[in-house]
Amino acid sequence: MVSLEDYESKDPIAWCPGCGNFSLLSALKEALVGLGKKPKEIVMVSGIGQASKTPHYLMCNTFNGLHGRTLPVATGLKLANHELTVLAEGGDGDGYAEGGNHFIHAMRRNVDITYLVHNNQIYGLTKGQTSPTSEMGYVSKTTPWGSPNPPENPLLLAIASDCSFVARGFTGDVAHLRQLIKEGVRNRGFSFIDILQPCVSFNRVNTFQWYKSRVYKIDDTEAYDPSDRMTAFGRAQEWGERIPIGLLYRSVRPTRDEQEPAIRTSSLVKQPLATTSFPKLLEAFK
Amino acid sequence: MALDMSIRIGGQAGQGVQAVSYALGKVFTRNGHYVLIHQDVESRIRGGHSFAQIRIQDTPVLAIKDNPDVLIALDAQTIAQDLQALAEEGVLIFDGEQTGYSSENPNHLSLPLERLATEVGGGKIMANTVATGAALASIGFELQPLLDYLEEQFRDKGRETVKRNRASASSGYRHARENFARHPPQPIPIGPSREGRLLLSGSEAMAIGAICSGLKFYAGYPMSPATTIMEVVASKAQEYDIVVEPAEDEIAALNMAIGASFAGVRSMTATSGGGFCLMVEALGLAGMTETPVVVAIGQRPGPATGLPTRTEQGDLGFVVHAGHGDFPRAVLAPGNVEQAFYAMGRAFNLADRYQTPVIVLADQYLLDSYFTVDGVDPARITIDRGKIDRDVHRGSAQVYKRYAWHPSGVSPRILPGQSEAVLYACSDEHTEEGHITEQEQVRTMMVRKRMEKLEGMRRESTPPECHPPSEGSDLVLLGWGSSWGAIREAVDLLRAENIRAKMLHFCDVYPLLRNGIPDRVGESAEVIGVESNYTGQFADLFQFETGIPVTERILKYDGRPLSPEEIARQVRGLL
Repeated sequence: MVSLEDYESKDPIAWCPGCGNFSLLSALKEALVGLGKKPKEIVMVSGIGQASKTPHYLMCNTFNGLHGRTLPVATGLKLANHELTVLAEGGDGDGYAEGGNHFIHAMRRNVDITYLVHNNQIYGLTKGQTSPTSEMGYVSKTTPWGSPNPPENPLLLAIASDCSFVARGFTGDVAHLRQLIKEGVRNRGFSFIDILQPCVSFNRVNTFQWYKSRVYKIDDTEAYDPSDRMTAFGRAQEWGERIPIGLLYRSVRPTRDEQEPAIRTSSLVKQPLATTSFPKLLEAFK
Repeated sequence: MALDMSIRIGGQAGQGVQAVSYALGKVFTRNGHYVLIHQDVESRIRGGHSFAQIRIQDTPVLAIKDNPDVLIALDAQTIAQDLQALAEEGVLIFDGEQTGYSSENPNHLSLPLERLATEVGGGKIMANTVATGAALASIGFELQPLLDYLEEQFRDKGRETVKRNRASASSGYRHARENFARHPPQPIPIGPSREGRLLLSGSEAMAIGAICSGLKFYAGYPMSPATTIMEVVASKAQEYDIVVEPAEDEIAALNMAIGASFAGVRSMTATSGGGFCLMVEALGLAGMTETPVVVAIGQRPGPATGLPTRTEQGDLGFVVHAGHGDFPRAVLAPGNVEQAFYAMGRAFNLADRYQTPVIVLADQYLLDSYFTVDGVDPARITIDRGKIDRDVHRGSAQVYKRYAWHPSGVSPRILPGQSEAVLYACSDEHTEEGHITEQEQVRTMMVRKRMEKLEGMRRESTPPECHPPSEGSDLVLLGWGSSWGAIREAVDLLRAENIRAKMLHFCDVYPLLRNGIPDRVGESAEVIGVESNYTGQFADLFQFETGIPVTERILKYDGRPLSPEEIARQVRGLL
C-alpha cells in the first residue's frame, strides 16, 4: 500500500506563505496515492519558475530542466521507458510563453504524459511581470501602462489541437483538482490540465476571491459531454463572470507510444544494447 | 604509373548528376579500385548548376583533385563554367544537339545523350545513364560491371526499367568507344572484388556507427548537411528498434534526447551550426544535469543561413565554447569516414563514462562525400555505459545521491524506475541529492566536480596523427577534422620536392591533449595552421592550449573543400 508519507520530501519548501501551490501539491500527492502509484514509478519533469519547484517537494523521480522545455524532455523520457508514469509541470510563463511551440507539438504527438500548468496569470519567481495569460491592460513592472496584448487562451488552443484530455482545475477546490489529476493520469494520451492558482504576492487582480466567486463545475448542474468538440470550443471561451472548471474536452485517439514499433515488445531501456553482429547493416554499402 | 583519374559530371539539379557519380563509385569500388566522390551542389531542387567529381585510384583516395581528366557536361552551363577546370589533354563529353556547343578540339566529343536515351526507349530522363556508359568508355573501363550494377539497382522497379537503363548505358558506351577509336584511352583493368570493401559517405558512416554503438533514441530537425544522418538512422529504425522522433525544432530535439538518456538509453541528435545555435541551451542542461548525450554537427559556412549546401570548418570555436558558464564537453572531429564511424562509438562511451555531452564535429565535405574504404568493423566498437548503479535495493523509497562527490567528477547514477530509490536531476545548482541550493561550499564543490571530468577526458584523448610518422621536418602542417586527407597528400607532394613537411592532425580537438605535443612538433619546426575558416580557429586553440606558436596560416572560406594541390601551392608561397 502506498501512503501519503511515501511521497513526503525532506526538501524545504521555498514558496510564499498562502501560495496556491500548497493546495496543488496536496491534490497531486493525494492523486498519486489514490492511483496506487509508487514514487519509483513516477517521473516528474519540470521547467523553471515557482511552479517548477513542485517535484522537489514530492518524493519521486524528477528531472527539473530548463524554462519552457518540460515537454520535449518528458517526451523523450516516456518514449525511452513507457512503463514509467510521466508528469510534466510548470507555470504559464514556462508552458505558454517559452514552451508554447513544444506545447502545440506535444498535443499533436499525443505521448502519454500528464501536463499540469500552474496558471497564475503572472511571472511569480521574477517578481511580478506580465505573462501570456495576463489580461489586456494588466499593469505590472514590464507593462506599467497596461498589457498591450490580449491573453492567450490555452484551453481553446488545446481543443483546436485535438488534445486528448483538456481540463481546468482550481487550487481553491482540492478535491475536484485531485480527481482531475487522477483522471488525467489514467487517460491514455496527452492530458492537459490548466490550473487556476492565485499568486498571493504579485497578482492583485486575479486573487483567490476573484476566482472563487467566478468558477463553477462544468458538469455540476447539467450533463456535459466532453467528446462534443464544438460545445467544448464554446465553453473554453467562457471567461469573466463565469469560469468553467472540469473536463472540457476529451478525444480518444492512438498515442504516440502505443504506435511506436520499436517499443512494441519491450521498453527501449529494457532492450539489450547492440550486439557485435550487424551482418545486414553494411550490406547496402557494398 | 599509378592510376589517378578524376571525372567531373556537371548539370542542373534534377538531371541526375549524383546518380552518375554514385553508379561509377559502386562500379569501381566493387572491381578492385578506390574512389572519392565529392558533391558540389546549390541549395535548390531543380535547375542551377551542380557537379559531382569522382577520383579513382589504386589505393585509398585521400582528397579531391582540382582538375578533372574527364568532364561530362549534361548542360551548356557546365561547359561554360567547368571547362576551364579540365586538365590539359582532358576529355570533354557533351551533347552538341542539346547544348548547341561545338568544338574543334579532338578531345571534345559530342554525344547526343538525350537522343540516344530516347532511341533506346529510356526517354531523356536517362541521358545521365547514357553519360555514365560514355564515362566508362572514356577512361577505358569495361561496361559489364555497370550493367550488373544497373540490374541490381533497378530490379525492384521491374524488368522494363532494368532493360532501358542497361540499353542507355550500353548505347553511351558504344558511341563513346566509336568516337575514341582514333585515340583509345589507356585501359583501366578490372581488379578483384575485396571482401568487406564499402562505398560510404560520412553521414552513412556516422549513422551506422551510432547504430553499432547501441543508439536507441534519435530526435532531430532536418538541416543540411546533417539531414542524411537522420534519414539513414530512420531507414534502419525498425530493424534495430530505434525510436526516431521528428522534433518541432532543434531545442526540442536535444531536450528529447536528454530525456531519453535520463531514462537510460543511448540517444543522439544531429544538426548543422545554425541548428546547434538553438541547442546550446540544452547543451548546458546536459552539462549541469550530468546527462550523457551525443550531438553530431555537420558544419556549413555561416553565419545565419550562410551557404547551406557548402562546406567550412567554421564552427570549432563556437562548439568548444558554446553555452554559458563552465561545464565539460568533448569534441571529436573525424578526418575521414573510418574515423567518423569509430568516433561515434567513442563519443557514446565518453558521454556515458563522463556523463556529459559529446559532440562529433564533421562538415558538409565529409558528410556528403563518398569514399571507398576497406571496411568498418562493428566488433571494434565496444560499449561502456559507465557508472550505472543497477543494484540499489531499499525498503522504502529514498533519495539516491545522484551527484555524490567523487574526485573523478563522475558519480554513479541510477535509472528512474529501475531501482527502489528515486533520483532528482536539476538544472539549478544542486546538492548531492539533486535539490536546489545556493550554499557557497556546495556550489564550489559541484563546479569542481563537473570540471574534473574535463581533465579526465583530456588525459585519455587520442594523440594527433603524424604523417610521415617518424621523419624529421622543418614544417608542420597543423590540421583537424575533414582536411586530414588533403593535408596528408599535400605533405607527400611537398616531400617529393624535398620540402621537409609533416602533417599533425587532431581528431580529438577538445579538450586538447597537451602532453607530448612539443615532441611531436619538433623543436625547430615552423607550424602552419591549415583549415577552412577565416580566423584559424584550431590554430588559435592549439596555440592557447599548448603554448606552441602557429606562425603561418593557410585559410580557405569560399565554401569549397581544401585540395592537396592548393595547400602545397600556398606552402611553397610561404617559403
